Amino acid sequence: MKLTLKIWRQKAPNAKGRFETYQVEANPHMSFLEMLDVLNEELIAKKEEPVVFEHDCREGICGTCSMVINGEPHGPMAGTTTCQLHMRHFRDGETIVIEPFRASAFPVMKDLAVDRSSMDRIIQAGGYISVNTGAAQDANAIPVDKDTAAHSFDAAACIGCGACIAACPNASAMLFVSAKVAHLALLPQGKVEAKRRAQAMVKQMDLEGFGMCSNITACEAECPKGISVENIARLNREYLSSALGSETVA
Amino acid sequence: MSWFSDFLASSIGRKVVMSLTGLFLIIFLLIHLAGNLQLMDFIAHDPADEPGKAFNLYAKFMTTNPLIKAVSYLLYLSILVHAIQGWVLWSKNRKARGSQKYAVKVNKVADGNSFAASNMGWLGTIIFIFLLIHLYQFWLQMKLGKLPMAYYDGEEVKNLFFIVSEAYESLGYVIFYVLSMVAIAYHLDHGFQSAFQTLGINHRKYTPMIKWVGRAYSILIPLGFAVIPVYMYFFM
Ligand code: HEM
Ligand code: SF4
Ligand code: FES
Repeated sequence: MKLTLKIWRQKAPNAKGRFETYQVEANPHMSFLEMLDVLNEELIAKKEEPVVFEHDCREGICGTCSMVINGEPHGPMAGTTTCQLHMRHFRDGETIVIEPFRASAFPVMKDLAVDRSSMDRIIQAGGYISVNTGAAQDANAIPVDKDTAAHSFDAAACIGCGACIAACPNASAMLFVSAKVAHLALLPQGKVEAKRRAQAMVKQMDLEGFGMCSNITACEAECPKGISVENIARLNREYLSSALGSETVA
Repeated sequence: MSWFSDFLASSIGRKVVMSLTGLFLIIFLLIHLAGNLQLMDFIAHDPADEPGKAFNLYAKFMTTNPLIKAVSYLLYLSILVHAIQGWVLWSKNRKARGSQKYAVKVNKVADGNSFAASNMGWLGTIIFIFLLIHLYQFWLQMKLGKLPMAYYDGEEVKNLFFIVSEAYESLGYVIFYVLSMVAIAYHLDHGFQSAFQTLGINHRKYTPMIKWVGRAYSILIPLGFAVIPVYMYFFM
């Protein structure tokens, strides 16, 4: 299939970027990234600068392959990362517009690659369990209600890709943060630090310059892992109860 | 107080303030509408009375009863806090989005009214301008203006009805009023259910009901307000 690509090219973080148009011949069975690989092979053969894009696992679990394809993070298919998006979902002769994730907290580094370390710093602020939980437990030694385990597992499916932020009209990171907070707060090992965690992660989120949640739900619509905004309500509850209810003053 | 001011300045704290003031305004609108319906001559009106008597007596009660006066100060404060916080959120969110816009953007949402949800700042600003005109025209006149007087069984009452019906004789004003109600309808179609989500109230059993009530409220209440000037323009 023949495709016309309009790709955002930007040399460096503060350089002025612009769209460049390319023609590429792709196979419908290729993934979107493989199609870009073909383009880059051709650019290299012509001694031109290849298009910089991020990727790692190429199996939909690492969350690295960020880009906005025809106006949607990770493209038009619901519940799909860019690496899992196949060219058969596009028409022969179609023009595809490819841009980097945009948000003040995601500065463009080069072409389609953006700096998402703001999300790492939110995780560093509290997205972990630091209390000693002992050695690996017997499977049923710690009772967890089945529904609770399912909610936690659903939240744990977040791969930290940032599509929620790229899609949100406010560039809010609430879906991402809420998934992390909910995942841990629902389980006994995570409960111990739940109050401190909600405070620390929201504080870091605010410091990084993400927007606030207007409950638009664009995030859930574009999340490749189908993380639900129910988690945002849970984060709001966790935050309210820790800000107003915890005895730690500061 | 630092923990409290930190909470109020946090992203979630700011949204909680929006939600609580918004919910208070939602309750107020319901009561305001109940009062306004008396402007129409087929509601709470004895044909033997001159038009507007029920409404004028109600307006007098609302401006003199001490309990209602106390609540009205809370109302003024809520409108101001909600509007100022709304503008702050709007500007912070635009800043977070960044100056470089997407060349192509699809506005998909998982649920709800995406137009209303992403235009709350504009809708709120339209409502604010409406409120300024509305308050100047009726509220300020009631408080400070020289209103004609009506006399009911020897009791002297400010004839607010006269001012209102005079305003509604202008077709332009009626259209402006109706359009403002459309803005409120959109604002609340998103805002009603959003306020609950902000407070962390999202439950698989009750959220569908909240959304249903919110949809009904956001259609019926603004419609109720809009019907009054239209009815008065054509039939009174
Ligand atoms: C009739 C009067 C009004 C009512 C009943 C009302 C109600 C509400 C409600 C219930 C919300 C949802 C809060 C939440 O998401 O938690 C909201 C949001 C909002 N309101 Fe109002 N509002 C009114 C007037 C105004 C005015 C005058 C402004 C002026 C700017 C305004 C600006 C906003 C904004 C910007 C939001 C979105 C906040 C966000 O989620 O980011 N509203 N309103
Ligand atoms: S919530 Fe979804 S869209 Fe957001 S970072 Fe996690 S996986 Fe990506
Ligand atoms: S490259 Fe890992 S999710 Fe796409």
